[in-house]
Amino acid sequence: MYEFEFEKPSTIAEAVAALADEDAQALGGGQTLIPTLKQRLAMPSKLVSLAGIAEMKGVSIADGVLTMGGGATHAEVAADACAPLAALAANIGDPAVRNRGTLGGSLANNDPAADYPAAMLALKSTIVTNAREIAGDDFFQGLFETALEEGEIITSVRCEIPEAANYQKFAQPASRFALAGVFVAKYADGVRVAVTGASEEGVFRWSEAEAALSANFAPDALAGISVDAGSMIADLHGSKEYRAHLVAVLAKRAVAALA
Amino acid sequence: MPKDNGIGASPKRREDVRFLTGAGNYTDDINVHGQAHVHFLRADVAHATINSIDTSAAEAMPGVVKIFTGADFAEVGGIPCGWGVTDRHGNPQQEPRHPIIADGTIRHVGEIVAAVVADTPEQARDAAEAIELDLGDKPAVVDMAAALGEGSTKVHEDLTSNLCYDWVFGNDDDAAVQAAFDSAAHVTTLELVNNRLVANPMEPRVAIGEYSRGTDEYTLHTTSQNPHVIRLLMCAFVLGLPEHKVRVVAPDVGGGFGSKIFHYAEEAFCTHAAKACGRAVKWTSTRSEAFISDAHGRDHVTKIELALDADNNFTALRTNTLANMGAYLSTFSTSVPSYLHGTLMAGNYKTPVIQVNVKTVFTNTVPVDAYRGAGRPEATFQLERVIDKAARELGADPIALRRQNFISEFPYETPVALTYDTGDYVATMDKLEAVADVAGFAARRAASEAKGRLRGFGVNCYIEACGIAPSNIVGMLGARAGLYDAATVRVNATGTISVFVGAHSHGQGHETSFPQVVADMIGIDESMVDIVHGDTGRVPFGMGTYGSRSIAVCGSAMVRATEKIIAKAKKIAAHLMEASDADIELKDGQFTVAGTDKSVAWGDVTLTAYVPHNYPLEELEPGLEETAFYDPANFTYPSGAYACEVEVDPDTGKVSIERFSAADDFGNIINPMIVDGQVHGGLGQGIGQALLENAAYDADGQLLSASFMDYAMPRADDVPFYQVDHSCQTPCTHNPLGVKGCGEAGAIGSPPAVVNAVIDALQSGGKDVTHIDMPLSPARVWAAMNG
Ligand SMILES: Cc1cc2nc3c(=O)[nH]c(=O)nc-3n(C[C@H](O)[C@H](O)[C@H](O)COP(=O)(O)OP(=O)(O)OC[C@H]3O[C@@H](n4cnc5c(N)ncnc54)[C@H](O)[C@@H]3O)c2cc1C
Repeated sequence: MYEFEFEKPSTIAEAVAALADEDAQALGGGQTLIPTLKQRLAMPSKLVSLAGIAEMKGVSIADGVLTMGGGATHAEVAADACAPLAALAANIGDPAVRNRGTLGGSLANNDPAADYPAAMLALKSTIVTNAREIAGDDFFQGLFETALEEGEIITSVRCEIPEAANYQKFAQPASRFALAGVFVAKYADGVRVAVTGASEEGVFRWSEAEAALSANFAPDALAGISVDAGSMIADLHGSKEYRAHLVAVLAKRAVAALA
Repeated sequence: MPKDNGIGASPKRREDVRFLTGAGNYTDDINVHGQAHVHFLRADVAHATINSIDTSAAEAMPGVVKIFTGADFAEVGGIPCGWGVTDRHGNPQQEPRHPIIADGTIRHVGEIVAAVVADTPEQARDAAEAIELDLGDKPAVVDMAAALGEGSTKVHEDLTSNLCYDWVFGNDDDAAVQAAFDSAAHVTTLELVNNRLVANPMEPRVAIGEYSRGTDEYTLHTTSQNPHVIRLLMCAFVLGLPEHKVRVVAPDVGGGFGSKIFHYAEEAFCTHAAKACGRAVKWTSTRSEAFISDAHGRDHVTKIELALDADNNFTALRTNTLANMGAYLSTFSTSVPSYLHGTLMAGNYKTPVIQVNVKTVFTNTVPVDAYRGAGRPEATFQLERVIDKAARELGADPIALRRQNFISEFPYETPVALTYDTGDYVATMDKLEAVADVAGFAARRAASEAKGRLRGFGVNCYIEACGIAPSNIVGMLGARAGLYDAATVRVNATGTISVFVGAHSHGQGHETSFPQVVADMIGIDESMVDIVHGDTGRVPFGMGTYGSRSIAVCGSAMVRATEKIIAKAKKIAAHLMEASDADIELKDGQFTVAGTDKSVAWGDVTLTAYVPHNYPLEELEPGLEETAFYDPANFTYPSGAYACEVEVDPDTGKVSIERFSAADDFGNIINPMIVDGQVHGGLGQGIGQALLENAAYDADGQLLSASFMDYAMPRADDVPFYQVDHSCQTPCTHNPLGVKGCGEAGAIGSPPAVVNAVIDALQSGGKDVTHIDMPLSPARVWAAMNG
């Protein structure tokens, strides 16, 4: 690590002010940022910890809406969110990661293999920041890129509770992030299918599958439908074709789990 | 009832109390007054000429004590290779200089280019970032076949090529071997890769060098499996220091698996720099550094051919292997693909004609050396895979085919230079069939298929040569060291005992099992005996721990020294009881005179040895301390049969291990619980190699799996509950305890069983897949099924 200053404000307003300094950076649970600092791949002048901000905590469900603080840890989401999202959170990393890592941190980071982004696209989310509300569909902008501005903080996230939903993750053998992950959510007005881990462009909604499942919510409805292998990630752990195949398998499994 | 003391009992590991409660004393726990810290600037390219290194800006940085480059070590020796292999033409292996710091050329990612010593680790790292390198890129040599090709870039300009040696072993008459294949009824051929691995012990390497101006003495604390070997190599070959002025201490060590056998540049650096800087110098490896600076393991590419007659008897075996040495020769590197591999190619079978061909190759990758099993897993994998393939081609039952070809008479002289003293391969296979419930497999397969999964059963045998090694034999084979071991048994006046052993315990549980032996021989409680290990300043000598040798070699030295103690103690007891020493018996810590009711206790005798008021001083020296050196007469030959049962998800290619059974013959066993643990750990690593682990390089010589994000270590949920049995025991015939060693068996014997099981599963699903290279990741299995 390089040296940096450290602040731990107790309100969002204080945090926003602290982040106004040049090269200041927000610190959530540190599960991504701290390893990055240790490898000297980032050089913030100041870290502003969000862990002491009470208004960014908590997970609650009211009137068909799930509201989660940007500072809610994965463990808190696993304990208190609606079942499919709780199950997703319970399978992120290990207990130490879940007790530290936060929803806001994961979304801000937008790792192409992270789990939450798929849920956000599938669950009709709204990402709330200190400055504005961003529709989940507009938030993720490719690998590690989001709609957030410099110094903008994710303060909370709202999701519409679906009739039914299921997330299927196929773990990369080493990191156990998603080699591919598919989140299927069924609403009265249609089905949403979001895919993480697989695409070179990051998390995406698989519209062909959505249309097929909206018409007929059954695994068979996906027969013959596939994602374009050309845009999939190829690496040590799987070819483009393999990832494209996994996406189809996982989508069917998610639907089968709900059927 | 199981014993609760002595040989054959399973007391809990006493060292675990300190390890599990944070009271261990690892090298990084040690901080020396006034120590400085070194940060190594490591190459981030695989092959380059160093045109210049500008350290001027770095030298002006805060806290910097001294900066070293290759030029500072030009007068210092290179890291030596401990084994010289003679090639098929009688020529010595090509042996390049292995500098402490790169001298003019970078040859692998991770090689040390400069070293910054500063007051704090952060300052050292800051300054290292300010060093300016002017590098001239050279093409990286990564693929072994390409490295041997005409016109390949050379890793070492001063060598004739990238070939280290071209070696033949066994029957070197090519025509005779070919004739055996020509007359065969069936020949099975298999090409396979033994994947490169990173050892990844839990504790990364650490070194602290100290120098005392007052006494001109050096101390090196290091994470080593064999501190005496490090002292010898570093003093005699690298730094040119007198051994009596150098103390090497390896305190608690958090796992080694071979990777901490070798003498590394960082050890010599810290020792040398301590004097040059006038301060102790400490280095603690990060995990990232470990991936690119700890010696890697395996990395063989092999073509194996097995000839059988019309009755399915094995008639000939021929192998052609390329083995990666990496950029430099690490300590044992050249012995691993040659003598530790070729000598094992007979396996458990009476194949009359065997020819082993090995070419070792320099590449721009991290040096490759021994990793748990070292050569023997590579041999076992080829042999047990080709036998399985042959069984499938011939429609033979894989177990029956193996049984038919078992060696059954002992001693047995193999065509590859070993003499197996004892074993019973039929017994271990019988035991395996029972433990693995072979009979119940069909029902389990049906149950898996009902869930949409493919189920496969795979079996393999293994034999290993452990207890390394008879010094005269390994000397003839090119070892540049003896491989005996030593122990000193020091009995204190009050009867408690400290045993100073040359073996080093870094997870093996010696602190528990070694005292069991001494306590058993004397008939006292284990708690009266401690071992001392890992310190050249306290232990007379020793060759350390690797090759499953500790109890077989060092344990034998300990037995010999204890025998000397008992013989002397009997003389003292005889004097006290006014009897002849020939009539003295020792049982349960009491000396008695045969046929009388006279007795003296162990403690009376030991006290007398140190308070010799009533003592035969004319005939016997006071005190009770004895040393023995033990050089084994032969290797030991643990053997066994393993079975793996897998489920394969045909949709994703994911393999899960449902059952794993092991029937081992380790000869006599000191502590069955510790033996179970050793087998479990070995199986975990073997399964890791088979399914998960892969040190993959790209064409530029960059390690793609250079962190745990991409290098898949086995986790608890990747392995099943093991069924481990070691009730088949044919004691070793030539060491006093009848022990064979158990440390590597699991890692040697498991990869072929796993792969054989996966192939069986895929075949049961109608897939014509005959081989998949390890690791059998979901992507690879899926690709094979759909290829
Ligand atoms: C061993 C391990 C295993 C893991 N496994 C998984 C897995 O299986 N699946 C998975 O999805 N993830 C996994 N992760 C990542 C984990 O989920 C991280 O917690 C997450 O990526 C980052 O959250 P954090 O709170 O720790 O953020 P930090 O690391 O503190 O910060 C990450 C980035 O987000 C910014 N940031 C943090 N909070 C906010 C906020 N509220 N608003 C705006 N910006 C913010 C920071 O400035 C930084 O740029 C794993 C991590 C580890 C260490």
